[in-house]
Amino acid sequence: MNEFIERNLRWLFPLPAVIFIVAMMAFPVIFTIGVSLTDWAMTTGGEPQFIGLKNYQDLLSDSRFYNAVWLTVYFTVLAVGVETVLGVGMALILNREFAGKDLAKGLLLLPMVATPVAIGLAWTLFYEPSIGLANYALQMLGLPASKWLASPNSVIPALAIVDIWQWTPMIALIVMAGLASLPQDPFEAAMVDGATPFQVFRFVTLPLLMPTILVAVILRGIDAFKTFDIILTMTAGGPGFASETLNIYAYNLGFGYFRFGMASTALVALLAVVLGGSLIVLWMRKRFDY
Amino acid sequence: MNRMNRFLVVLLVLGLMLSLAGCGGDKKEPAKSGDQKLAGKTIRVLMANHPYPEALKKLIPEFEKKTGAKVNLESYTEDQLTQKLTVEFTSGKSNVDVFMTRPLQEGRLFTKNKWYEPLNAQIEKSGDWDWKDFPKSTADAVTYSGSINSVPIVTEWQTLFYRKDLFEKAGLKPPTTLEELEAAAKKLHNPDAGMYGIVSRGQRANAVTQLSSYLYNFGGDWIKDGKAVVDTPEAIKAFEYYGRLLHDYGPPGVTNMHWPQAQALMASGKVAMWTDASTLLAGLIDPAKSQVADKIGIAQFPAGPKGNHPFLVVPWAMSVSAQSQQKDAAWEFLKWASSKEVMVKAQLAGNTTSRTSIWNDAEVVKKLYPGLADDFKKVGPIATPYDRPLMTAVVEARDAIGEVIVKSIESGGKADLADAAKKAAAKVDELLNKAGEGKK
Repeated sequence: MNEFIERNLRWLFPLPAVIFIVAMMAFPVIFTIGVSLTDWAMTTGGEPQFIGLKNYQDLLSDSRFYNAVWLTVYFTVLAVGVETVLGVGMALILNREFAGKDLAKGLLLLPMVATPVAIGLAWTLFYEPSIGLANYALQMLGLPASKWLASPNSVIPALAIVDIWQWTPMIALIVMAGLASLPQDPFEAAMVDGATPFQVFRFVTLPLLMPTILVAVILRGIDAFKTFDIILTMTAGGPGFASETLNIYAYNLGFGYFRFGMASTALVALLAVVLGGSLIVLWMRKRFDY
Repeated sequence: MNRMNRFLVVLLVLGLMLSLAGCGGDKKEPAKSGDQKLAGKTIRVLMANHPYPEALKKLIPEFEKKTGAKVNLESYTEDQLTQKLTVEFTSGKSNVDVFMTRPLQEGRLFTKNKWYEPLNAQIEKSGDWDWKDFPKSTADAVTYSGSINSVPIVTEWQTLFYRKDLFEKAGLKPPTTLEELEAAAKKLHNPDAGMYGIVSRGQRANAVTQLSSYLYNFGGDWIKDGKAVVDTPEAIKAFEYYGRLLHDYGPPGVTNMHWPQAQALMASGKVAMWTDASTLLAGLIDPAKSQVADKIGIAQFPAGPKGNHPFLVVPWAMSVSAQSQQKDAAWEFLKWASSKEVMVKAQLAGNTTSRTSIWNDAEVVKKLYPGLADDFKKVGPIATPYDRPLMTAVVEARDAIGEVIVKSIESGGKADLADAAKKAAAKVDELLNKAGEGKK
């Protein structure tokens, strides 16, 4: 017995972890893929039947699916784009020494630790077109009132603003960590050569920071792509279907329409897109040697 | 922590334990009243966040005392309740005994999956509880091919709430036709002063039930002979009217409004009129929630070009779960929760309950908000007994139809609604056929 353990030590030690990962991660994914190949729906009654790739075919001919893909990409690119620019700027400011720096860093954490549903409810009130603060603020600045969440044109930017408010600090924190670990020599060399502060930023800081920024963008991008609670509490995909992202679409299919087969198909599609995106970014990282 | 403090803490903990033990001691000797026929049983009840269970909650200790049962009540929002029930019932191992259910929304879905315990035999045996006290239309709403699947508890109908003070000041009478409704909305609409003419639900699927009375009064319907008819000229006129009304005289952001938002606006004194279900009156006349609690009037829903047939429906009923392990105890609870005695208390707490005898009880009617019982009696004989398409995949159908409503509100009724309505009708047909309810 002892001998057996001794000989297989390198298998036995990771075994609990392997079992955990299979049970908690691999099984749900495989089960979801399995369900996506059936017509399981409570509305038709009866046992689920295996129908092969029919759900995928249906999904690809559904205009709501394309709408959802487009909205998801729109939301992610808009939110993460603005967050990256603001986050890097914030990190550069916080990288200098000034009074109250620690306090500022502490405040940064606040939006990130708030619960999404509470944030959603607070912002919904803020955006309320007739009694909310947002329009009051706009009018103080002499700008025309907006319908915010209630117009198909402004709903995605309005949701992106919430995401930006909540998650820009995360990018700032990651970039600050990156800044702290940069070597000092290139900066000194640039100074000696008489570079302007902008040139230092453009040709020294930014390239050196790029790997860190890229990591931040990937992490945030995957997260933004899957945003769920904020959108569900604030608009539930409305007005009409103007903010129905992939995740909300799958939720509606599953828990609204009780079409579990179709909902699983949409989730597999979501998984595929996220996985594909991550792989492309990883490949780019290698290709451009970041 | 010094020694003295530690001593105090130990003392405190001991004291708590003793007092808890004392509580336990009390429970061993329940009050000996009633026949205690459910002694030792625990009944699990799932309810929606709704005024009826609010009233019920206060009465449950009485039931527990009388029968010896213990009632575990869980509350969820409407959609969460459906999700929770669906997931539990799908697993096949649910220990839910009694649950609240929406016959029009999930009735067919739950019947198809055999999640309701038929109550016919139990109802036959319980003479003085009086099944005949429920109007035929409500009994029909919970009966599926002969099997009574639930007991109706609440009725509600489309009604018009209006601000008595504003109407008086403008010299207006409550509108009796949709034309007059639009004219009144126009007259009272003054957004610069923070006053909007009218509000009603505009959020996709949630708007569908509130459009229904408008639809019927324009001569339209959802489904006829197994085919969707939401694209007929009458239906399109209703879509146009509803969209124009809310676009021109409604508050901004109406396309994101469900009843809580509409109710909040009305209660904060920002809207002159609101068409919605009668049960929502409670939130408008509660001085704690409403700044205009004493200024609310109730009027009959206005007639349209094709007469007046607003909806009067059973939004909530109560059922015994087919998977319950103690169906007799569950039925005892349901019988009590839908007894006349309990319903009268619920009615006086602001509900509009479903027993005929209560609405005929002069003592009860006297205590209701002025106009409510009168409106109920006027609507009863002319009403339409459903407020959404009657089908299994009703959630998905509502989303498809709701898209047309949103489009109409956004464009003020001017978009190409015929095309949008045709698409919605095709979607509803597809859903009907998939569930075997259509006529190909």
